[in-house]
Amino acid sequence: MAIIPAASDTTDADPIAGEAAPRVALHTGSGEPVLHALGEWTAARLADVRLWRSLQASLKEHAGGSTHSVAWSLEDVQALDHIGAQLLWERWGQAWPADLNVTEAQRALLERVARFTQQPQPPPRPSLWQRYLGLGDGVLALLSHLHSFTSLLGQLLLDTLRLLRAPTRAPWRDISGHLFHFGATALPITALVGFLIGVVLAYLSAQQLRQFGADAFIVDLLGVSLVRELGPMLAAILVAGRSGSAITAQIGVMRVTEELDAMRVMGIPQGFRLVMPRALALAVAMPLISLWTTVVALLGGMVAADVALGISPTYFIQALPGAVDLANLWLAVGKTAVFGLLIALIACHFGLRVEPNTESLGKGTTAAVVTSITVVILVDALFAIAFRDVGV
Amino acid sequence: MSQTPVSERPLAVDICGLWTVYGGGNAPEFVVHRDLDLQIAQGEIFSLVGGSGSGKSTLLRQILGLETPTRGHVSVMGQAPHQADPRSAASRVGMLFQQGALFSAFSVLDNIAFALRELGHLPPDLVRDAALVKLQMVGLEAKDASKMPADLSGGMVKRVALARALIMDPPLLLLDEPTAGLDPEGADGFCDLLLAMHRELGLTVIMVTHDLDTLLELSSRVAVLAGQKVVAVGTPREVIATPHPFIQQYFGGGRGQRAMALLDTQSPGAAEPLAPSA
Repeated sequence: MAIIPAASDTTDADPIAGEAAPRVALHTGSGEPVLHALGEWTAARLADVRLWRSLQASLKEHAGGSTHSVAWSLEDVQALDHIGAQLLWERWGQAWPADLNVTEAQRALLERVARFTQQPQPPPRPSLWQRYLGLGDGVLALLSHLHSFTSLLGQLLLDTLRLLRAPTRAPWRDISGHLFHFGATALPITALVGFLIGVVLAYLSAQQLRQFGADAFIVDLLGVSLVRELGPMLAAILVAGRSGSAITAQIGVMRVTEELDAMRVMGIPQGFRLVMPRALALAVAMPLISLWTTVVALLGGMVAADVALGISPTYFIQALPGAVDLANLWLAVGKTAVFGLLIALIACHFGLRVEPNTESLGKGTTAAVVTSITVVILVDALFAIAFRDVGV
Repeated sequence: MSQTPVSERPLAVDICGLWTVYGGGNAPEFVVHRDLDLQIAQGEIFSLVGGSGSGKSTLLRQILGLETPTRGHVSVMGQAPHQADPRSAASRVGMLFQQGALFSAFSVLDNIAFALRELGHLPPDLVRDAALVKLQMVGLEAKDASKMPADLSGGMVKRVALARALIMDPPLLLLDEPTAGLDPEGADGFCDLLLAMHRELGLTVIMVTHDLDTLLELSSRVAVLAGQKVVAVGTPREVIATPHPFIQQYFGGGRGQRAMALLDTQSPGAAEPLAPSA
């Protein structure tokens, strides 16, 4: 009797893994040929791509397709874990070989794998009726969002009335804290983005205007577009990403850590203490950030106009009031206050709907940012239609 | 399986002259472990006991290689944990965290299969089947595989976390408060499961627990940490008989008495140490 290594077995013995390389050798003797498993049949070895390939090659060579009809011996295996056992079991076509020589521990391992291995069930395809029901679920979910958002808005109105009736008992410290976090700390980033957008816009416009000799109109172009539209939009999108996500995450974490429940148990109204301070703070901060962004963007435009068209800053500043009607500024202030209110309310809405797990927190934050940016753009379009005769 | 005395078995964990000191420099020094020695043999279910802040969790983290001791020598299965190859960590030691620490973005199956998948080139079918086997070994059903961690009960989270810890068949399993947050029935079931896994897989189990029932039911040996040192090591009975003030206070209270009374009514041998299987 001798273990006859196949031709590939000489290369099988991996120079690094050596004797530990999982492999098979055909043992031909007087009776039936027996396949001997050798080496370490463990996850760590099998995950090595070279060892895996050489094992597959030697399995194929010795056994071909009908592996389970051959006699197997695992007595010389140095180590066998569940992954190795799983591989063997699947190699045997999920059936015991007719002749199997194993130790007690190996048999226990293989039996466990055999007992628990089952054909995976393909996920059921949704039927037409289920898809129809899914559509209904979607509509109901949308309605439920609208419902709770409306009640949040109504609650905010009531809370504001309560604030007006007893201003001394309002959470002013919260409001001023939020004002600082949403407003003051947003100034550098909005300034940077605003300045760059102003420069880019002025450069691109200058190229077109120069062709028509309409250089002086750059003041009108930048003035109207930045004051009325771009400044407020830029500020709103930045604030929605920055403060909207922060609000949802704050309130969501309070849900996860049961702080919201603790507040309810103590009879502290969430609307008055959580939603209203944030909504008011952002409604105040948003127009200010928008003004700031607009001013810095105009500054950027002014610099670019000087460089590209030779329009002096003095002329720019003198011409600006004539080019942009003051109504545009009031319109921008008004609509950014609405944007701020909407961003805060949407963020609070999604924060309060977070379920007590981290997965839901991530989804809620994403939904809050995406929804608030979308709503801001939609509402901006409504403003554009409603005030189309004002200031232009 | 033959019953080999603990002292004759190879060591799973060997800790010699361990010092852990936080702070230093300008900050005041805070000594957690002072010249601590501890030997844990393979095949044991070993419990670490001590008051809050006695350095049990730090010791567990040092065995895992998450922290390095200030001085002294820690060896896990003959290797220093912080020097071992991090890629094969899951095949050396499994850890069951107190809250399960399941990845909330992954399904149950993906949680269990994660380490195996990251290993490299194993075929996806093999990985899935291996994860399903582990899932059912811990007493869950194949249909639970597609659930998300948020949809699981506390007991199921612990079971999934156990399956995940065992996916690479590590010889060593660490448990941090295995029965915390479970109802009595769930805790009993989980203890039975741990005993079964220990028996079937020949694991060495090291756990930190404050649950005296669990401690007395499972442990083959107990070490008590107090005053920055190990003040007693031995079988639960030996340790309880030690005349040390902390031990008398810890086990002598109402809860300790009740747990002891329960232990006396149980059949002896439930917590006998087992030799590791081949």
